[in-house]
Amino acid sequence: MFPFLRLGPFLLQLPGLALLGGVWAGSSLAEKEAARLRLNAADLYNLIFYGLVAGIAGARLAYAARYLSAYLANPISLLALTPATLYPTAGLVVGLAVATLRGWRKGLPLRPTLDALAPGLAAFMVALGVAHFLSGDAFGAPTTLPWAIHLWDDDRHPSQIYETLAALAVFALVWKRPLGIGRGFNFLLVVATSAAARVFLEAFRGDSVVWAGGFRATQVVALLVLAACLWLLRRWQARPEVEASQ
Amino acid sequence: MTTIIPQDKRRWNSLVAAVLGLGVLWTLLSRVPAAATTGGAPPPSPRQGFSAPDFTLDLLGGEQVTLTNLRGKVVMVNLWASWCPPCRAEMPAIESVYRAYKERGLEVLAVNTTYQDSEADAAAFVQQHSLTFPVPLDRTGGVSARYQLRGLPSTYFVDRQGVIRAVVIGGPMTEATIQSKVEELLNGAP
Repeated sequence: MFPFLRLGPFLLQLPGLALLGGVWAGSSLAEKEAARLRLNAADLYNLIFYGLVAGIAGARLAYAARYLSAYLANPISLLALTPATLYPTAGLVVGLAVATLRGWRKGLPLRPTLDALAPGLAAFMVALGVAHFLSGDAFGAPTTLPWAIHLWDDDRHPSQIYETLAALAVFALVWKRPLGIGRGFNFLLVVATSAAARVFLEAFRGDSVVWAGGFRATQVVALLVLAACLWLLRRWQARPEVEASQ
Repeated sequence: MTTIIPQDKRRWNSLVAAVLGLGVLWTLLSRVPAAATTGGAPPPSPRQGFSAPDFTLDLLGGEQVTLTNLRGKVVMVNLWASWCPPCRAEMPAIESVYRAYKERGLEVLAVNTTYQDSEADAAAFVQQHSLTFPVPLDRTGGVSARYQLRGLPSTYFVDRQGVIRAVVIGGPMTEATIQSKVEELLNGAP
């Protein structure tokens, strides 16, 4: 793991750089896909940008709301470059809500827009795996397997490498656009295969959130996401005219 | 187009049932055993969710401190050096939070990385800023190695059971950042 790189007085956080690279690659791919789908590339780019900015702001504001007195006394802290003071779940919800609202206001058709985002999302998932590898986050369970890596004082499954390889496989699959483009299937394919991979790979993680009965929370959520995607695949296939008319 | 999705509804439903059934089965098989979550304190490692690696160090001005002797308190372990600008910048905020929360059970250990600093410079800095918390001296670099130090400052927020609950690498941390992390732990289980 090489989480930091010191360049003179600067301490570069490499996982953050990997995520930035993922955002750049993802948005570039989305723009290209938008052109292929004859969508307004600038509108799509703005949708991503607004979603990201709102997501980060929402994550910080939600965190600050939990410690209101501290942030009211020192409001400039809202601008602190400290990832540890973000509330990721709230950021995700706010980011998605703002992006959805932006897309709706700009009249972007839902299913072609989702398909335009699909390759970029898959590319970002690869970057996320790399970021986890660099930071040591999303680490694996202890193991005696020969390909174990020594991390956090134990020999562990290289779960970040599993995650990255799975994301690369999803990217390769979606790149071929096996279900065509413009009907939302490519996006559903990315989400469904990523969820399936998560169900499988979570079993090798050493940092799972565990619910009652020993169930790993991420596996349960991923199963629900997978089920929803499979349901939507069938439903959207049966109703192609809905989007075609938009 | 859409050749992956079978046109026959029954075939599609069978495929979905098989995929989800396998998923449910795998989820059941890979449940975390109860013993893994009730097996006592987590192993030591400088990472959120693990026990804070223990150390005993001399303090600036004499005496010694041992981290495990502070169980029952919320401990903020901050690794720093006097030549490090962000370390210097965040010290007043740390001091302010320390004074505000000391009575509620906060302890601050500002571990000076003396092996790459000067004890005299550290002492001068402490005096100049009237810092009142203990300053352990890592003369050999052993604690920095144990905490896998890769950047200064590095701060570990340790709960009353000795488990690291948050890690902040780099700085300077603002007072609100420190306060939020400390409050979260002080308001947690006693």
